[in-house]
Amino acid sequence: MLTRLRAFLGAVLLLITPLAAAQLSIEITGAGAPRMPIAVAPFPGEGALGPGITSIVRADLERSGLFRGLEVPPLAPAPTEASTVNYAEWRSRLADALVLGSVAARPDGRYEVRFRLYDVVKQASLGGIAYTLSKEQVRATAHRIADFVYEKLTGEKGVFSTRIAYVVKRGNRFELQIADADGAGEEAALVSFEPIISPAWSPDGRKLAYVSFENKKPVVYVHSLVDGKRNVIANFRGSNSAPAWSPDGAKLAVTLSREGGSQIFLLNADGSGLRRLTSSAAIDTEPRFSGDGQWIYFTSDRGGSPQIYRMPAAGGEPQRITFEGSYNVTPRLSPDGKTLAYITLNEGKFQVALLDLSNRQVQIITDSDRDESPSFAPNGRMILLATVIGERGVLSAVSSDGRVKQRLSVTAGDVREPAWGPFTE
Amino acid sequence: MRLAIIATLAAAALAAGCATTPEQQAPVSVEERAAKPAPVETKPIARVDLTSKPAAANPLKDPNNILSKRSIYFDFDKYDIKDEFRPQIEAHAKYLRENPGAKMLMQGNADERGSREYNLGLGQRRSDSVKRALTLLGAKDNQIESVSLGEEKPVCTEHAEDCWAKNRRGDMLYNGEY
Repeated sequence: MLTRLRAFLGAVLLLITPLAAAQLSIEITGAGAPRMPIAVAPFPGEGALGPGITSIVRADLERSGLFRGLEVPPLAPAPTEASTVNYAEWRSRLADALVLGSVAARPDGRYEVRFRLYDVVKQASLGGIAYTLSKEQVRATAHRIADFVYEKLTGEKGVFSTRIAYVVKRGNRFELQIADADGAGEEAALVSFEPIISPAWSPDGRKLAYVSFENKKPVVYVHSLVDGKRNVIANFRGSNSAPAWSPDGAKLAVTLSREGGSQIFLLNADGSGLRRLTSSAAIDTEPRFSGDGQWIYFTSDRGGSPQIYRMPAAGGEPQRITFEGSYNVTPRLSPDGKTLAYITLNEGKFQVALLDLSNRQVQIITDSDRDESPSFAPNGRMILLATVIGERGVLSAVSSDGRVKQRLSVTAGDVREPAWGPFTE
Repeated sequence: MRLAIIATLAAAALAAGCATTPEQQAPVSVEERAAKPAPVETKPIARVDLTSKPAAANPLKDPNNILSKRSIYFDFDKYDIKDEFRPQIEAHAKYLRENPGAKMLMQGNADERGSREYNLGLGQRRSDSVKRALTLLGAKDNQIESVSLGEEKPVCTEHAEDCWAKNRRGDMLYNGEY
């Protein structure tokens, strides 16, 4: 009886797991600099939209580590973007910034959201926007509002509307997942019984290149997220891996073993025009283009231990970039090209290091011990990475100054291979 | 025997009582008959037994044949083939030489520590190393494709050295097996 009950529960769990697991939850584990206090007043009428639009805006802003969302008590009458702002009252609530707005149902079944951002200290409006949306677009709309607020107050573009890709291993299944930057709205682009590694976003955010082992060996695919079409880009004799897009999206650098060893090649994004870039007896892999397209950074053990090098993107003499330590791999350039993030073996721990390319200073910014695959947010502010906590792969994020740390986790499965997508229009 | 004697006696009496027989035939002695027995010929039935397949049909699968050994293990950060695996490499090279139609997928593996892509490179080094040894012993280059699975297909999933050692491995698969 007990075993039958267990079997039944097992079946029920199997049925509900995909739903229960379909969301990453985010936990901020460290906060850094003084955060700007901001009040996001509930928008009158937002209850009709389901998930609270203002609570998503507030969570986005807090997750950046730069803002502290203030509790706003119920106000009567509830202020909207059309109200006259009582700055003295908001100042007494210790708000430096204020977001007011409203939601109205439209005759066509859609909704209209209007909002306005205020600088409470300077007593000035910083502008506002109106959006029309369906009920399914609440999260996307909230992320856009948060992006507007973030950009107005920090001078940098927000990344709340961008997406992330990662691989989840659940039992014997591998899922290539796409989610909002806050981990919500997870959707599988590919599900396989064989491993998937090294997802890389095309610069326009419409495609992912990755390595799939579905043919019992590594093969590079380009997968359109718009229509789900998959193209084999590199399936040469031997292993095919480590795809990296050129900044214009026209070319891919890949690692191939077709001529023996693991060497870096360049090909057109449709798989044509193969050209070899490195020629060494070493492992040359993990290519990454610099943002200006001039350089390819890569990992090589030509000096005896794996270190990071760079060479002209057209091929040419490599120069060594990392010198400290015996294991430096997985180079990732910041969007402004000034900083190199990579994984270093530091006293037995694999951690994320940042190298300032102008003054050669190295800073280790994580305190975990099995970090992999660092990935910059497109505004350069945060780095997403894979690590292991309690024998389970999780994603974590760290601000590029190392001060704010977040953990993203799914309720079931091993998460690895994160890649933060680009800004999209 | 007793019947034979009675028959012989009867025949002798008959011959004695029959004077018309000009030449008496020499009676066939019992002893003479017994000296030349007719051989008993039984042909065994050719049996087909489907219940017990001969194990030696496919040498690649015969657990008593070294060809059934398909894994080669490597030391940490190493890709040279240890002496203990020499006989196995030699046997597979011989098999590939003698079976030109045979094809092998050589999969190299690495333990889980460090970068997945760099580990893919380490696994490739191991599979390339086995392929080189097999071709030096006469296997044809086009019979063997050496690839890497990196750290992606561990046979052992604990995070400790004895487990990692099992994952630093090369696996030989013949056509039909992958």
